[in-house]
Amino acid sequence: MNRINQKLEEDKKLLSIYFTAGYPQLEDTVPIIEKLQESGVDLLEIGLPFSDPLADGPTIQKSSTQALKNGMTTEKLFEQLKNIRKTVHIPLIIMGYFNPILQYGVENFCKKCSEIGVDGLIIPDLPADVFHDEYKAIFEKYGLINVFLITPQTSEERVRFIDKVSNGFIYMVSSASVTGAKNTFGDIQTDYFKRIAHMNLNAPQIVGFGISNKETFNSATQHAKGAIIGSAFIKFIKEHPIEDIDVFVKTIR
Amino acid sequence: MSYNINNKGYYGEFGGAYIPEMLYPNVEELRQNYLKVMAEPEFQNEFQQLLKDYVGRPSPLYFAERLSEEYGAKIYLKREDLNHTGAHKINNTIGQILMAQRLGKNRIIAETGAGQHGVATATVCALMGIECVVYMGEIDIARQAPNVARMKMLGAEVRPALSGSRTLKDATNEAIRDWINNPVDTHYIIGSAIGPHPYPDMVTRFQSIISEEIKWQLKEKEGRENPDYVIACIGGGSNAAGAYYHFLDNPDVGIVAIEAAGKGINSGESAATSVLGKEGIIHGCKTLLMQTDDGQITEPYSISAGLDYPGVGPLHAHLYRSGRGEFYSITDDDAMKAGLELSKTEGIIPAIESAHALAVFKHKTFKENDVVVINLSGRGDKDLNTYIDYFNL
Repeated sequence: MNRINQKLEEDKKLLSIYFTAGYPQLEDTVPIIEKLQESGVDLLEIGLPFSDPLADGPTIQKSSTQALKNGMTTEKLFEQLKNIRKTVHIPLIIMGYFNPILQYGVENFCKKCSEIGVDGLIIPDLPADVFHDEYKAIFEKYGLINVFLITPQTSEERVRFIDKVSNGFIYMVSSASVTGAKNTFGDIQTDYFKRIAHMNLNAPQIVGFGISNKETFNSATQHAKGAIIGSAFIKFIKEHPIEDIDVFVKTIR
Repeated sequence: MSYNINNKGYYGEFGGAYIPEMLYPNVEELRQNYLKVMAEPEFQNEFQQLLKDYVGRPSPLYFAERLSEEYGAKIYLKREDLNHTGAHKINNTIGQILMAQRLGKNRIIAETGAGQHGVATATVCALMGIECVVYMGEIDIARQAPNVARMKMLGAEVRPALSGSRTLKDATNEAIRDWINNPVDTHYIIGSAIGPHPYPDMVTRFQSIISEEIKWQLKEKEGRENPDYVIACIGGGSNAAGAYYHFLDNPDVGIVAIEAAGKGINSGESAATSVLGKEGIIHGCKTLLMQTDDGQITEPYSISAGLDYPGVGPLHAHLYRSGRGEFYSITDDDAMKAGLELSKTEGIIPAIESAHALAVFKHKTFKENDVVVINLSGRGDKDLNTYIDYFNL
């Protein structure tokens, strides 16, 4: 069974952390992953940086720009992750925009992920329909889970469609925004979390965008299986040494 | 071979809608409605009326006698430069503001490079009394001050794009992010034949008034509807898409596309996407774009801000790949010379974008009886400073 599915079966609320590969320093990728695992994080999203990250707010944009300046490339990331499964056992997901993956070759990319032991992908600008028609077979061949997003504006019919094509979890975008935009959740978000929870979907939901502290983590996971922290962690890692990552994780749960 | 969009939103292998889920409801709403709305007689009446009374259409098809003598062909100029706001851009913004109203949107966002599309958008928003936010790269704001001032006079808010290279590509990213953050009340008026389906097709249809007029105007002047060649410059490619549209399925009409070579195709400072680009995804569509081997989008360069885009509309990628279009690249220097030449021979100062199309004669010779239509997409007023610096006027 894929590590993501195993993790989703655990009886706990999952904490997932997103970070940009090759940031703040090019060779920080692996030490950050190892430290996040040691700090008790359940699931990791490794950001493959892109020049034009449409769905990201300023924090992740800047980290991506810096990572690219540092020399991060697709090949470099695979090189860094080559031996990651010798030390890391938690699920690893690569999150990246479609163009770099397309240039690497979708099949090559999937093959490489599978060899390394990456468990899944999140590609925000690869819509579920296109994935379903063109790339699903490749992902299945290499045992990779593809994660789709839903938002408060996603129609019920489409949520059902996305649930049907999801074989891991659904990435539930907390509000109509790019990453990193909100600090607290209001009634609108809570109602949306409840509405989705009541749909009894097959795929568990993990909430992302706008989770930055204990309060937002708790409120997001009240109705969902877990939550993802991205921008808040990137801000932290920009200013603190990797050894201090457990301090950040402890403030969340 | 078809040159129209298919039911999945592709021209051949190019196009589609590669968008984050956050944009799906907006883009889907537009996709489901745009053809229906455009077909409504009431919409058409209002659109045609505004094009006539407000934009000043039809734009003349002018026989350029002296230019024709010089190059030994019958050269006609389609005078989009005489439109209100000085370029073809307003054909599309009029269409899209009416579309936005039909969809119940009360806030408009747009991206702009040189500021022409920004001005055309701010203009229609002023006309309709709708809130307007235009994203413009910080660097472009500095080098296009008069257009920034125009937008402000027209009541628009100009927001600097501070990310990435701070030019058109980044302004487009910021506009898309704004749309993600405002998914219900806002319509995004994309200015070129780019973006996720249905934008390339919708923009092309609004611009297709250009070729529609060429047909009847040429019939009056030459007794035939179809020229031997239609020539246009291409950045994203909206003026070209409009000028080609009604001729695409007629193999007797040569389709000629002129891209900006900048300082030379191999100089590292160029915007000749068909030559330098590879297939990829930019701003929601699959097309040819300039990128690194690793799939990072690179910075184009052209003296003309309107051609300074790393991608090209998916229709044009298809015309290139299929061989339907003949593509040439023109350097800054040749474009500037062609701009000066048109000024002196015909008394028309063209936009530097359009001057690229006029430089076609450097690469291609025509037969004496060839009827050649060049789309003069915009006027040169906005480029005066560039002309002054370049020619030490």
